[in-house]
Amino acid sequence: MRIAVLSGKGGTGKTLVSVNLAAVAQDAVYIDCDVEEPNGHLFFKPQHVQEERITRKVPVVDDTLCNGCRKCVDFCRFNALAYIKDRLIVFEEICHSCGGCVMLCPENALTERDKVIGKVHKGRSGSVRVHTGILNTGETSGVPIIKKLLAGIKGIPDSTVVIDCPPGSACIVMESIRDADYCILVAEPTLFGVHNLSMVYDLVKLFNKPFGVILNKCLEGENPAEAFCLERAIKILSHIPFRSDLGLLTSNAEIAVRKDEQYRALFSNLLDVVMKEVQCEATPHP
Amino acid sequence: MKQLLILSGKGGTGKTTIASAFIKLSHARAYADCDVDAPNLHLIAGWNAGPQVTDYYGLPKAVIDSALCTECGRCKERCRFDAISAKDGYSIDPLTCEGCGVCEYICPAGAITMEQTVAGELMLYSDAEKVFSTAQLKMGSGTSGLLVTEVKKKMKAASTDADLAIIDGSPGIGCPVIASLSGVDMVLIVAEPSVSGISDMERIIDTAGRFGTKIVVCINKYDTNIENTERIEELCEDRGLPVLGRIVFDSEAVRAINNGQSIVEIDCASGREVRAVYEKAMESLFA
Repeated sequence: MRIAVLSGKGGTGKTLVSVNLAAVAQDAVYIDCDVEEPNGHLFFKPQHVQEERITRKVPVVDDTLCNGCRKCVDFCRFNALAYIKDRLIVFEEICHSCGGCVMLCPENALTERDKVIGKVHKGRSGSVRVHTGILNTGETSGVPIIKKLLAGIKGIPDSTVVIDCPPGSACIVMESIRDADYCILVAEPTLFGVHNLSMVYDLVKLFNKPFGVILNKCLEGENPAEAFCLERAIKILSHIPFRSDLGLLTSNAEIAVRKDEQYRALFSNLLDVVMKEVQCEATPHP
Repeated sequence: MKQLLILSGKGGTGKTTIASAFIKLSHARAYADCDVDAPNLHLIAGWNAGPQVTDYYGLPKAVIDSALCTECGRCKERCRFDAISAKDGYSIDPLTCEGCGVCEYICPAGAITMEQTVAGELMLYSDAEKVFSTAQLKMGSGTSGLLVTEVKKKMKAASTDADLAIIDGSPGIGCPVIASLSGVDMVLIVAEPSVSGISDMERIIDTAGRFGTKIVVCINKYDTNIENTERIEELCEDRGLPVLGRIVFDSEAVRAINNGQSIVEIDCASGREVRAVYEKAMESLFA
């Protein structure tokens, strides 16, 4: 079962939920797709980490073959090539690695090389397998790293796979939830939280994914995120209270379920609820 | 025009809360929300009149005309983004297509064309005194970096004589953040005293540092973990980055935001501390 945890807004508790859910499951894989700012490994502190470098293709010019026809410059929709002072220049940062320029160069002056854009770390923390994607600073897109991370889980179908998504609702989030069986949306009770919840709500509907909401940082009094869910009859999976002991554990990158029985109970219960939801979705309606 | 960009790396540290306070304190005549994936600044910007809305077109995406397609499979073979499916005839998934145009070029039957689609909306609020530029990326569209660049362009074009612009950035270190960094005079990083927050802050410092942009830091919710707050201060000192101040965790702040107000509009501890950070930031920006 693959569960994606997302939120739209940053800082609502995606990593808190993902890490603790994976830590209460019997046999879990935690996958950190927030490759721009991965944090799950700070909690799990995985052992026996194996590193794999992730690359993408970028064009290389052979100046002796390039005759300055500029066909590649005209073709590139990302403006990653320019012909300046009798030389073809490649702007690797904005290249999307489509291979178009190499394909059409009539002089065969362009080839490709592998550019390292980041890495994938795989390690273990207790019973949890921890997979982390890390984008190098200065690189614009972590999508190839996310693809690599998620390609690796297809061979392990029986485990509980928890996918910790990046914030927002753009391409990088879509890539993260593409293969998920179920989505958990984490919302906080603020005006900003509700607005961003409404955006990921649209996203999971666009992808036709079954989903439920966790209300995090719940205080006494009215909760605009809860009101949003009730109005739309959205399944509320759990309420996590706003408590300074949980905040302190989390800010010190401690895994709450490994430190405190009451949080173990809270997240075990949440995992059960999610399992039931997924099974219910898997059963065809008569 | 001096441009101040507010970033954090980690989400939810308080970028928009601080941006809205700075806008209020400075009576900013130009400001923008570059978090086009999840914009929030408009919720507390307090504009009564609606914005001028323009469609944003991202890159055109490929479409296959099945009447012309001979199912030769060359497009699918060449597509680096796995956007082409051969199930029930050839088709292109618009959510995966990056618009590179390789399939259109390679198709021997001329069955593929690149079609413009609306990828978002640009919204420009303006009156006699001030300008606010923001946008919303359409669900399922890529190219957020391009949209960020458009948001900043709109702001600049509409406010030729403002001497200060305040720009609210997005979390992360990738394409929209890099697009927001170009041309700004100073970056204020809103740090949060958690182990995650510190790791993310170091990565955004490295990213902004590549552009040679001047960087200053403030620590929000500092009292939630004093040890980590001290670690941030040491780390910034080691890197030669000024820490402009600490801001206390304040439940009054949440109340103000939920009422659509900035935290300097009510009398509260966090509001007073943000004011001190603001004054130092302005000294630094106009130094």
